[in-house]
Amino acid sequence: MSRKRYAMVVDTRQCVSCKACVLACKAENEVPDGFSRDWLMEEVWGDYPNLSAENRSERCNHCTNTPCVHACPTGASHVNEGGTVLVSHNKCTGCKACIAACPYNARYTHPAGYVDKCTFCLHKVQRGEQPACVSICPTKTLFFGDLNDPTSEVYKLLRSRRFKVLFPETGAKPNVYFLY
Amino acid sequence: MNTDYVEICPTAYHKMVEHAHEVWGWEIVVYLFLGGLVAGLLVLTAALELRAGERSKSRGLMWMPFIALALISLGMGALFLDLHYKIHVFRFYLAFQPSSPMSWGAWILLVIYPAAFLLGMGSLSGDWRERINGWVEKKSKRLKGLLDWSFEWADEHRRTLLWTNLVVGAGLGVYTGLLLGTMVARIHWNSAVLGPLFLSSGLSTGAAFMLLFKLDKDEQRALVRWDMLAIAAELFFIALMLISFVGGNHAAQVAGEGLLGGKWTAPFWTLVVMLGLVVPLLLETVEIKRRLPLTVVTPVLILIGGVSLRAILLASGQESCFCDLR
Repeated sequence: MSRKRYAMVVDTRQCVSCKACVLACKAENEVPDGFSRDWLMEEVWGDYPNLSAENRSERCNHCTNTPCVHACPTGASHVNEGGTVLVSHNKCTGCKACIAACPYNARYTHPAGYVDKCTFCLHKVQRGEQPACVSICPTKTLFFGDLNDPTSEVYKLLRSRRFKVLFPETGAKPNVYFLY
Repeated sequence: MNTDYVEICPTAYHKMVEHAHEVWGWEIVVYLFLGGLVAGLLVLTAALELRAGERSKSRGLMWMPFIALALISLGMGALFLDLHYKIHVFRFYLAFQPSSPMSWGAWILLVIYPAAFLLGMGSLSGDWRERINGWVEKKSKRLKGLLDWSFEWADEHRRTLLWTNLVVGAGLGVYTGLLLGTMVARIHWNSAVLGPLFLSSGLSTGAAFMLLFKLDKDEQRALVRWDMLAIAAELFFIALMLISFVGGNHAAQVAGEGLLGGKWTAPFWTLVVMLGLVVPLLLETVEIKRRLPLTVVTPVLILIGGVSLRAILLASGQESCFCDLR
């Protein structure tokens, strides 16, 4: 059996920017005030009245080629189960090299000193649950699963729908996909 | 298709997600500047002796390795201030990450301490050795033994120490540039030129700093000549960087906007290029050609240029990201 490769799929046609994913994440992971591990981007283009919009729930892309892990001098940033990129708080010096290296600006310095970011709620996934943002989404915008499992929803969605990733030119090979 | 943002949801993001954010502040400017300066001091101190084939008799050069140690300690102090999780600083030395320039830097800095210290011990004149020996002997017999051993070892391995300082110093100079140059996400820094650019700038600021001390005439002339070469190299690398911005792809063009018409244009061209490089190069050319006495104006201008180069590139680089390409 092939190794797991966790990914998230965001259906931009379903998202209504309700911010439930942000609040669920903050509650689940005790994210301090003024910070968030995921966020919403509303991109609007065109000329009035011919406008189009895209709502995106964004977070760490848990890249396959990890600029943050490569930049980390202590090994605090590392690749864990299913390709999930995590930060070991007890190894982090708060040098911020990973923050400078992240093309998605997905990291921040926690008031406690260490660098923090989305973990795909690996603690929940390991219990067989879905990440907090996915489980709370009222419009079924977010999907999480193993891309190496042909029966998973994320696998099927990426084979049946048109999708994109953010800033593919970085070469980071992100694992958050946006259906559009 | 026009893809201008009209809104970024303000209640659901942390400030990092926005277009620009500052990761590193003045502490890293100080660290990069002093790191480059110390790299220059070690390389040039070693190179002057290797060139002459004998130990320098000038007092300024004798103390240079110890001054380098004091300056690098100051730089590391600034780096420490920048850490958000200060009690975890020891973690730098519990791992070596080959892909991380910061990890290389941490270990290079650790090699620099004994290398520069032993170079300094070997550089001390006979009367200073006697003075130090006398003082230490009063304090501790064991320390006196260690001191004797270090004098002996430093004298015996003088040539090895000179080459070690030269190589480690060059490594430190290149590292300060590569630290920024390998950050893929910051499109303005994303260039291998930053390594040699920061090394040449380090050599130039190192030479300028040394010229503020009392040295032999011959050593001063050699340093000015090397400084002119370093400045010429720095101008060449800056030209390469700008050419890659102008002639590069869309990302490169956006990355270069800050220095070529954007908000960093005026400080970069006045403080770094004109005052820090072109004017000192002209002054040094006149001083050498006309055999004029050297003034402190040229070294001071070079040092101002060195700080400005790092401050401007650090700030402009942190403001650049792939979000600029949307």
